[in-house]
Amino acid sequence: MMNDGNVTLTLTPAADSPRPLVLTPGQDLRGYLAALLGRAFLFFLTFSSVLAVMLILVFVVIRSLGFLSSSSLMEFLASQSWRPTADPPVFGALAIIVGSLYVSLAALVFAVPLGILAAVFLSDMVSWKVRNVVKPIVEILAAIPSVAYGFFAVLVLAPWLQREFGFSTGTNALNASLILAVMALPTIISVAEDSISALGRELREASYSCGATRMETLLRVVIPAAHSGIIAAVVLGMMRAIGETMVVWMASGNAPQIPHPWWDLAQSVRTLTATIAGEMGEAPETSLHRGALFAMGVLLLLMTLGMNIVSEYFLARAKKAGGKA
Amino acid sequence: MPEEERKDMPTSVLKNDITKPNVRTTTFTIDGRERPANLAGETCTCAVIHSENFSLHYGSKAGVQNITMDIYPCSVTAIIGPSGCGKSTFLRSINRMNDLIPHVHTEGKLLVDGHDIYDKHTNLVNLRQQVGMVFQKPNPFPKSIFDNVAYGPSLQGVRNKGELQNVVEQSLRAAALWEEVKDDLKKSALALSGGQQQRLCIARALATKPRVLLMDEPCSALDPIATGRIEDLMHQLQSTYTIVIVTHNMQQAARVSERAAFFCLGELIEYDWTSKIFSNPAKKETEDYVTGRFG
Repeated sequence: MMNDGNVTLTLTPAADSPRPLVLTPGQDLRGYLAALLGRAFLFFLTFSSVLAVMLILVFVVIRSLGFLSSSSLMEFLASQSWRPTADPPVFGALAIIVGSLYVSLAALVFAVPLGILAAVFLSDMVSWKVRNVVKPIVEILAAIPSVAYGFFAVLVLAPWLQREFGFSTGTNALNASLILAVMALPTIISVAEDSISALGRELREASYSCGATRMETLLRVVIPAAHSGIIAAVVLGMMRAIGETMVVWMASGNAPQIPHPWWDLAQSVRTLTATIAGEMGEAPETSLHRGALFAMGVLLLLMTLGMNIVSEYFLARAKKAGGKA
Repeated sequence: MPEEERKDMPTSVLKNDITKPNVRTTTFTIDGRERPANLAGETCTCAVIHSENFSLHYGSKAGVQNITMDIYPCSVTAIIGPSGCGKSTFLRSINRMNDLIPHVHTEGKLLVDGHDIYDKHTNLVNLRQQVGMVFQKPNPFPKSIFDNVAYGPSLQGVRNKGELQNVVEQSLRAAALWEEVKDDLKKSALALSGGQQQRLCIARALATKPRVLLMDEPCSALDPIATGRIEDLMHQLQSTYTIVIVTHNMQQAARVSERAAFFCLGELIEYDWTSKIFSNPAKKETEDYVTGRFG
């Protein structure tokens, strides 16, 4: 380790004539144009996806304007009676809006505790090797086509619920929310696990060195420190649940009603997404019915947009907290 | 520690003068700064650490090998040595922090107050309450200043608000941070400066009422002013705690410690009074390192 001082240098500065350090006007212009072109190209690529979102928003809002101006917004939001083909038609979407929120929230009640526990388990209880095998498998759950989940809901879960619990129908709010929970799980587990393991070993060591057990460390330090990421995970899971169409269409029973009593998950409900998907084909092009469906679309967009903003806010906070800790 | 037990402890690496800290009454100076000797006959409740042929391996890679040394109560012991020599590994063995790293196994004995802490019946929670730790990078919890310090006591079941406030105040005073933060204990600990955060971590460690304080390069992320404050703190704490500090900074080791151990390549090369290690080391490797001729 001692320096013996006998090192011979084999690298020397280039001996031949050095290249000029000043650009010619032609090179200058060419460089400027190339940079401009590249910048414009990348700007166009990025902007086109922003543009797509904007156009969708504008299109949906415009198509719903006809309905919103000629019909009562109050009736749309407050009435429970959805009879688009009656004479005169009634467009009361309250039961459907409630149905959408109902199955999504019920799905979260199942998925959130399970998802957070699974995230904690993957980040803190198993070895890095196991985590690196299990996590991608969990994420595959998100890649299964929703119609496959729907098949499972109708052909397996519905008869099972009917048989085991004596429900009058197997396609109900419980069925839909159970399947939605499974579909939201990979998102919740993946995002929550990322934020929990991003906290690093220092924080956990600090807690253990104060004489904390693993449970105390998890409950009092790790989970509170990762709360921003966990909230973002939950909101992302909720977005997945509220925007899901095929599964709820197949599994929820499609009855536009608010369950009574409110906690009775065994009753059928209908969601905004399933209504749009199911009735779009039957609603004539310029009819009020079509407009009402677009109004539902606006409502859905507003909901997911709001949740997206909330999750972005919490993800940014989680990032900041992770960097600081 | 009873006298008959002390006799049983091996003193292979130790010169006989190092085993009797309480009879030393002279003072000595390093860098022009006078270091006080331990007060003779002072009763002390802090723990004695005794390591006997202790080895720790990460998988097949050796961390430390055959460490035999005694760490004495009511004093500061510095562990110095080049990077990767096992200083931190040995320090983290004393409160079993290495347990968090997979595939670690140990051989030999490491006793804290006569109890082999690598015995499988060791109560890790109690061990870590008695052997507190301050880490290289300040690592406060993302909670308020108060909650950071109150964390340890509340784990021990202290629920009474007044009692917690009392512990928090005492710990922050002991860590010389009280005057700076007493008006905003509710503020997030992450808003403090690096030096303040490190003193907060010391306060947090003191709040669990440990008898041993392990410090793993506590000043490496701090500027000289914050470092000076923490060194002053160690001077004040050494009469009541057994302090073990790992440091890269040899001036720091000379300033704060009473005894120093030089580690190299996972082995203990020399362990003696700090003054002797720096002025007249017995081993060539030690001399090369402390004079800067090493590596």
